[in-house]
Order: sequence, then structure tokens, then C-alpha cells
Amino acid sequence: MRITCPFCGERELGEFTYLGDAKPQRPAADAGEDAVYDYVYLRDNIAGVMSEHWYHGGGCRAWLKVTRNTLTHEISAVEPAAGAGAAKVGA
Amino acid sequence: MRGDQANRLNDGGLIDRSTPLNFRFDGKILFGFKGDTLASALIANGVKLVGRSFKYHRPRGILTAGSEEPNALVELRSGARREPNTKATTAELYEGLEAASQNRWPSLKFDVMSVNQLFAPIFVAGFYYKTFMWPAKFWEAIYEPAIRRAAGLGRAAGVSDPDHYDKAWAHCDVVIAGSGPAGLAAALAAGRSGARVILCEEDFVLGGRLLADGGTIDGLPAAEWIARAVAELEAMPDVRIMTRTTLFGVYDGGTYGAIERVNDHLPVPPKHQVRQRLWRIVAKRCVVAAGAIERPIVFAGNDTPGVMMASAMRSYINRYAATPARRIALFTNNEDGWRTAETAIATGLQVAAVIDARPDVSPAHRALAGRGGFPVLHGSVSGVDGGKNGVRKISVSLTGGARGEVEADGLAVSGGWNPAVGLTSYHRGRPKWRDDIAAFVPDGAPPGMAAAGAANGAFGLGACLREGFEAGAAAARDAGHSGNIGSMSVADDEAFSLTPLWHVAGKGKAFVDQQHDVTASDVELAQREGFESVEHLKRYTTLGMATDQGKTSNIAGLAIMAAVSGKSIPETGTTIYRPPYVPVAIGAFAGHHRDENFHATRLTPSHHWAVEQGAVFVDTGLWKRAQWYPRAGEKDWLESVTREVKAVRSGVGFCDVSTLGKIDVHGPDAGAFLDRVYINAFSSLAVGKARYGLMLREDGIVYDDGTTSRLAEDHYFLTTTTAKAGLVMQHLEFCRQVLFPELDVQLTSVSDQWAQFSIAGPKTRDLLKEIVDPAEDLSSEGFPFMGAREVALRGGLKARLFRISFSGEMAFEISVPARYGEAMARNLMIAGKPFGVTPYGTEALGVMRIEKGHVAGPELNGTTTAADLGLGKMMSTKKDFIGRVMAAREALVAPNRQVVVGIKPTDKARRLRSGAHIIPKGETPGPENDQGYVTSVCFSPVLDQWIGLGLVERGRERIGEIVRAHDPLRGEDYDVELCNSVFYDPDGGRQRG
Repeated sequence: MRITCPFCGERELGEFTYLGDAKPQRPAADAGEDAVYDYVYLRDNIAGVMSEHWYHGGGCRAWLKVTRNTLTHEISAVEPAAGAGAAKVGA
Repeated sequence: MRGDQANRLNDGGLIDRSTPLNFRFDGKILFGFKGDTLASALIANGVKLVGRSFKYHRPRGILTAGSEEPNALVELRSGARREPNTKATTAELYEGLEAASQNRWPSLKFDVMSVNQLFAPIFVAGFYYKTFMWPAKFWEAIYEPAIRRAAGLGRAAGVSDPDHYDKAWAHCDVVIAGSGPAGLAAALAAGRSGARVILCEEDFVLGGRLLADGGTIDGLPAAEWIARAVAELEAMPDVRIMTRTTLFGVYDGGTYGAIERVNDHLPVPPKHQVRQRLWRIVAKRCVVAAGAIERPIVFAGNDTPGVMMASAMRSYINRYAATPARRIALFTNNEDGWRTAETAIATGLQVAAVIDARPDVSPAHRALAGRGGFPVLHGSVSGVDGGKNGVRKISVSLTGGARGEVEADGLAVSGGWNPAVGLTSYHRGRPKWRDDIAAFVPDGAPPGMAAAGAANGAFGLGACLREGFEAGAAAARDAGHSGNIGSMSVADDEAFSLTPLWHVAGKGKAFVDQQHDVTASDVELAQREGFESVEHLKRYTTLGMATDQGKTSNIAGLAIMAAVSGKSIPETGTTIYRPPYVPVAIGAFAGHHRDENFHATRLTPSHHWAVEQGAVFVDTGLWKRAQWYPRAGEKDWLESVTREVKAVRSGVGFCDVSTLGKIDVHGPDAGAFLDRVYINAFSSLAVGKARYGLMLREDGIVYDDGTTSRLAEDHYFLTTTTAKAGLVMQHLEFCRQVLFPELDVQLTSVSDQWAQFSIAGPKTRDLLKEIVDPAEDLSSEGFPFMGAREVALRGGLKARLFRISFSGEMAFEISVPARYGEAMARNLMIAGKPFGVTPYGTEALGVMRIEKGHVAGPELNGTTTAADLGLGKMMSTKKDFIGRVMAAREALVAPNRQVVVGIKPTDKARRLRSGAHIIPKGETPGPENDQGYVTSVCFSPVLDQWIGLGLVERGRERIGEIVRAHDPLRGEDYDVELCNSVFYDPDGGRQRG
């Protein structure tokens, strides 16, 4: 499998590490135990198009949001995580 | 010298008669020529019997002329290079080649185990499952070893492979599998258009079936056309031709696996060269021009040496000028098989008869029969007489019921052709059935791949050229190349007519899978016993599961299954196709990653100095770390380690701790960021101070620990454990980029940039004064415990100095740029000489941390909470952090959790062992009374006895209790006392001093 990193270009699978479903959002600090439990443990087992977190550890160390079809391994989109790569000029 | 190659033609063929080669088969010296395969050379020498079969030890010969060969498997080479199950049909002949037949004892001609044939009725499908079911333990001890001795193929070398294997990447626009007419046409079209092309051919010569069958292309003889095509391709700078290379698999995203047999055609690879190279080819498009495989017809005695595929017989005669038989019978159900009769007549060989299963034979072939003076029999072969010396007589069931006999010493068989649908089907593709050719053809292919020519069911020469050219042009166009592709080569298409025939009923064993000795009756038995699905059939009978993956047997097997189960062939379907297409040596997958190169080795900055010191090294992850530094006269490691500990506790010592993960955290929100990833607060840490930090996983379990220092308002320096260095970096990047993108913070891994040394012991300050610029204040007031700041060294080099202690002694850690690491070690030795400085290794480091009750890897084991480690109070209640909510779950705060506690044997002379289970006194050892276990142990020079840490249920409330350390693994059971985990200097006066 090959993933096109938005910073490095098309690279081989071995440069990346898979994390999992990118959909669950970390609950706010006051969300309570059930919300955090859901976030930590409950995952959909998606057969089809899925948004996933991948880490380009063998390259630029960006966390990426990869849209992949779990049935065909076809990758339809790759975008950087919100905080990846962008220099915060003037911040 | 050419020896007695009795079956070698005087001229013709693609062999080099000016380069004779001698080789040995089962010890006997034989001769062949350059351009031969082992199989063709054996045939030229009149060798018919090549091996014994897997289960029945039946005599077997050569069936095919390619990588689909099920029978002619040999042990190639000898000693460490002995390679079992090598196909004689693909092994290139070289001077001095040694090969031995397999699965026979004491000799090929007289094989004791061939008595198995007499018991054949019981060796049916499922025999082992049915017979050796009981008693279960007999399977491993008795049945399996006995069966393995009797059944099997070649023997592995049994020693380490002395050769090198390589792995490489290649990138191109179009990769083409196969160099027959379709493959060459595809390469020409793609190459002319300007695409980067890789053409893979598993043979050592380009041309595919043209090499055996010839033909006329563009008005030229095939050989001339091949030469022109190859010359044109070779002149193109972006076309790479790879012979001896099989494209064996397709993987996601247009990645293809190929195995290049770089030096298998030589006895020993030349110096500094590899035997084989595994290629991963990334291609935008792939054209599969892998051809087709001629399929056998299953009949009694079809495994007799001398029975051969009709196309293989043509290959041996035309390409290798070697005649497998002198009086040939041909059994065919199709037009193409007749070419073998044409070849035989053209070569001056005798044709005994053609047995044609079709109702009609073309007038041209009738005329051939007239010219050759042989009969055409309408019917089928129902039996073969002959044994280890080969075919003698063939029984024929004539259409209409009469019987006939044909005397011949060779039988060519053609049951039609199966397109090589492997590559196109590897992504769970299911080929589709075509009635007109009675074969499966690709039905779609993985993205970017297309089949052309015979691999696509187009068997005619003209069709192969046309499909190949069009597929090559389309592939190049899809890859963005539109150069002038010139004109297409043309040839006539041969007539094709076939009457499907899979199995001829008859007396005697009729083999479907010759490598695994699966017969037609095994397939029928499987159906009767309910194993009707082809996937069940395969596993129950092992049909198609041998090293040839059923290339000559799968389709026949499922056709027979279809017939007995009353279904059509497409209804019965094929099994799933899986790579690799040909066997690939594990060594090729490993490449250079073996022995000391199995993984990368990381050396600490002071490594070379430590080697000079005679250090003993230990592997920790990828690192080599100095474990201890033995001195002359010390009898064992314990003596060395004890000396090192005592030297530190009484004087001063140092240890390279550069393997810790080191991360610079920069930015205005650096403190806020660390507050969220550690359980304790870091935004409140004063500049110039260090703090021990603990981080949890989101599920509340401890992830990692380390010391983090604040070097400036917006700059922290974070350390991780050695083991988790990379993972913590990944975790922190996740937190920064995904969870908290609003924070203005940047992370930089500096693990390799800094050499770090721990300097410990009461004389640490004396030593440091010799190293650090005298202007720097190292006093207790000027550099208090947990201080951290940049300092100048004597000579001006800037270093980072941290007053932290893992040993419990007065200690500093000093960081210098990694390139000064070795110099630092040498300087510490020189400057520390007056103070008796002692380098210490990871063992002494471990002893001192256990004496001090510090937790490490054995306690941070992925099951413990901060409270389990005695660090629960560090958990801030004023902020959110990773793992906070889940850490409060009921089970993680239960009062009966196993927590860290000190452990020491009541008998001071007793050695404590890690892994011993803690059982209450008076209770029976067992899971119900298991209260924890010993995690870390050492011999404590301070206490002069073995001590340890353990995770014990409610351990901290039970200080002083005597319990049992139960160690069934080592057969030990002794009393230990639960005690405070801080054995040494519990009030910490020494480290603050």
C-alpha cells in the first residue's frame, strides 16, 4: 500500500504507523466517565470508507487523516491533522 | 567433450554446442550444453526416472518444461547450498552442477518405500485424519515423525545459508510479466510511447512459447523477430529487461513483488554478488502476459515416466534439441496438441499414433498422418504400461467401445490450455469460465492491471501480438505517455478447436495432483464424504497445496468434482488464488536482515571508549549498552557490579545514559501542553528546575516516566525511558497535532543530538569542578537538588546540567552534543582519577535504583496505575490530563490492587528471583491464592543480601508481613518479608546533600 503524504509525497506503507478510526473526538474535560469510556473503547468496525489516523514516523512525523476503503484498501484522500506541519506565524 | 547424449539431436535448438557442461545426477557424471535446463540435459542423456512421489513413492519423470512442474523436483547443489524441491525444468545447467533425486531410499531405482503403493487403497484422502485420531498424544510422539520419514520431498541443507540475498525497490510506468509474443509486443508499444518499462521474464531467454513453437511474425521467422524486438527494447534507455525474474505477486497501490534469480545459474555467486534479489516494483500499470499452462488429461498411469505435456515435448525437441522419446504417441483433445506430432515428424522421430478425443480431425492433420505413416485413433488413453523405465504400451478406449493398444516409449498429452490467471486473481478476483476454450480467463484484475494474450485466453499468435501491443499502448497512455507507438507486428492465428476432456475412466491410479499424489478417486471420495466445495476439496485431499500450487492440477480437480457432483465447472468455481506465483526463498524476503544485521544496531556516544574499557554489553532494544566493566581478577558479573555500586556509593562513578529519549518542547504553550500529557503540573515548574513526570495512557494505565526540565520560559527538555523513546514521541505528536492543535508548541526529537552521562556519588561535585568552568556555582545553594540549567565547561563548550539522581546519591546528569560524548567519557576518567572515578554499567544502575525503590520497566508493565507505583499523589486534581478520567474507574482504584512493595528473603543468604509468586503463609500455591509476584531483584551491596521489588496485593498495608515466594518454574519456595520499597537512604538526605 502507498500513502501520499501531503508534505512528503507518495511513500510506501512501511513509513507509516496505523492508529485507527479518526472519527472519535476526545471529550471535553467535564464530559464525564461514560463519554470518555466511549472514546477510549468503543469503535465502529467499518466495512467500507473510513477516516483513519496514520503517523508518518518514517518521514515528516505528521499525523494524517487518511480516507481508506477497508474492503479494497483504496485511499481516496489524505489530509494533515489540524496541528500537523503548519507553522504558527505570529501566534 | 559432450559425453553420450544419446537423445540429443545433432543440430537445431537454442543450445550452445560449443560450450559443453558436465554435471552430476545422483552421483553419475553426465553432459549437457550451455542453454540447457537440468531437465533438458537429463532428457538428452536418456534419463527418464527423476524422482519418487510424495506419498506412494511412485517413479516419476519430467512432465513439463516450466515452473508448473509437479514431478521433476531435485535437491540442487550440496552442503550448505543444498536446495530441496528445485524444479529440474527451470534449473539452468552450469558446469559442475550437482543434483540428487528426492524421497527415495536407498536408491532411485530401488526404493524400499515404494511398498506404499501396495497399501495404496488405505492411503486415500483424509487417511491421516481418520486413522491417527486416537490417542491424541500419539500424534506428536509416534505417528507424525513416522509419517514424515516416509512421506516428503527434499531435505533442507540444515545449516546456515552462506549466500547473500538482496532486496530492492524499482519504480516504473509499466511493468510487464512475461516476454512471449504478447509481452514483447506490450513492451514495444509502451517503450516506444516513452514510458518507463520493466519487462520481467522468468526464463533466462526472452520469447516465451515462440522459443519452442516458432512461427512467422511480420514475415520473419520467430527467432529473428524476437532478436529485432529485443534489440529495439535494449536500445530504449527507459526500458529495463529483467530475465530470470518472476513477477510473483501484486499488492495494494500498484506494488508488485518479483524474485530475480541473479546467480542461481552459477555454482557459487561471484564475490560480492547476491544469489537472489527480491524486488518490490512500484508501477502505474501492469500488463500480465504470463501465457497459459497446458493442462493434462487424467487417466490411469498418467504419472508414468515418459508421459509428458505435448507442449513440453515440443520445447525439449525444438528449443533444447533433446528427444524425450523415439516413438511418440500423442493424446489430445484439441488442435494445438497436434503440433507435437508435426514437430516429431519434422524432426524425424516416429509417431506411434495420435489418439484424438474429438470426433473430427482436420484434413491437414489427416494428411500429416498419411505422410508420417501413423494411425489416428478416435478415443482416449485409458491406461499406460510401464514403470520406472518409462512408458512401454498405451491402452486406448476407442470411440464406440473397442479397445486398442499402442506401443510407444513416450506419450505426449494435451488437454487444452489454462490461462495463467494467478496475478490477475490475487486480490480475491474470481476468473470467469469461457466455454469456447473451456478454460477460466481473468474477469477484471487489481487496479492498474490488464491481461493480454494467452493469459487472457487469446491463444493465437496474431491475437497475442495484437492484445499485447494494445495493452502496452493503453498502459503507457494511462501512465501519461503518448509517444508514437509505431506499427503493430502481425501474424496469423492458428485454428483452435477443443472438446473438453478431463478424466478418462480406467483401472489403476489416475493422478490429478502428481506432486501431492492426489488421484481422481480421492476427489470422488471427497465428494462422497461431503467435501464438495472446492476449498474443502483442496484441504481434505491437499490437491493443489504443493510447491507447484496446483498449476497443472487445480482445474482438472475441480472439473472432476463438477462432474461427480452434477454441477457445471463455473458453478463449482475455483479456489482463492494467492501469491507467490512461484516459491520464493525466505532468505530473499529477509535479504540482508539476518544475523547481526537482523535489525539496526545503535551505539551510545561512549561506545568505542567502553569497548576499550572491556565493557560487557547488553542489547536493550536496538542499543548496545555497557552492562558492567569487569576488572582483572573478578570472578563473575556479580563481583564487578558490586564493586561498581560500592564505588559510586562511597566515591564517584559515571554511566552513559544517552539512550534515554530526549525531546525539546518549545513554544509559549509548552507548559500547558505538558500539563495535559503528564499527570503532574509542569506549567508551574520554575525556570532552571527539573521535575519527575509520569504520563498515562488514555485508559488510565501508566505509559512512561522521566525527568523534564524547564530551561527557559518557553523551552522544556523532556526525557523518556529508553524503551519508549520513539513511542512517546509519536504519542506526544498525536497529542500536539490531533488532540490539542490549538496549543502553540513544537516538539523536536533530540535523542541522538545529546550525549548524556549520569555522574553519581558523594564526590560528584569534586569531579564536576574539574570539568565545569570554575565560574559556575555548583554548591548546594547555587545548584540545588532538581536544578537544571545550561553551563559552560572548561574550554567553553556549552552543556546542560541537571541535578537529578536515580541512584539515591548526590548526582548530576550532564548533556553535551553527541559528538563530544566519547571525549566526555575520556575526560571524566582523567579528571576523576584523583577521586577514584569508576565507570558503571546498566546492572549497577539497576541495583541502585532497586535499592532506592525507583520503579522501571518491570513495574511500568502496562497494567499498573500511578497509585500502584506509589505515585498516586502526583495526580493533579486541578487540571485535565491524558488518562485522568479512566484512571478513576472502580477497578483501577480498588483497595485490593497489587502495588509496589519491597521484598527481601527472611534468610539473608537466600537469592531472590524475579517472577516468584507471592502466596500468603499457610495457603496452597495456586491462582486463587496468588497475590502478586516479584518484579525486580538485585544483590544489594548496602544490605549485603538479595532484595527486590514486587507487585503485591495491598502490599503497602502489609509491611513486615512474612509471605511465601513460590517459584514453580525453578522449583523454589521460601519465606520473604514485605518491606518499604526504599531500602536505601529513605529520607533522601544523600541525594539532596
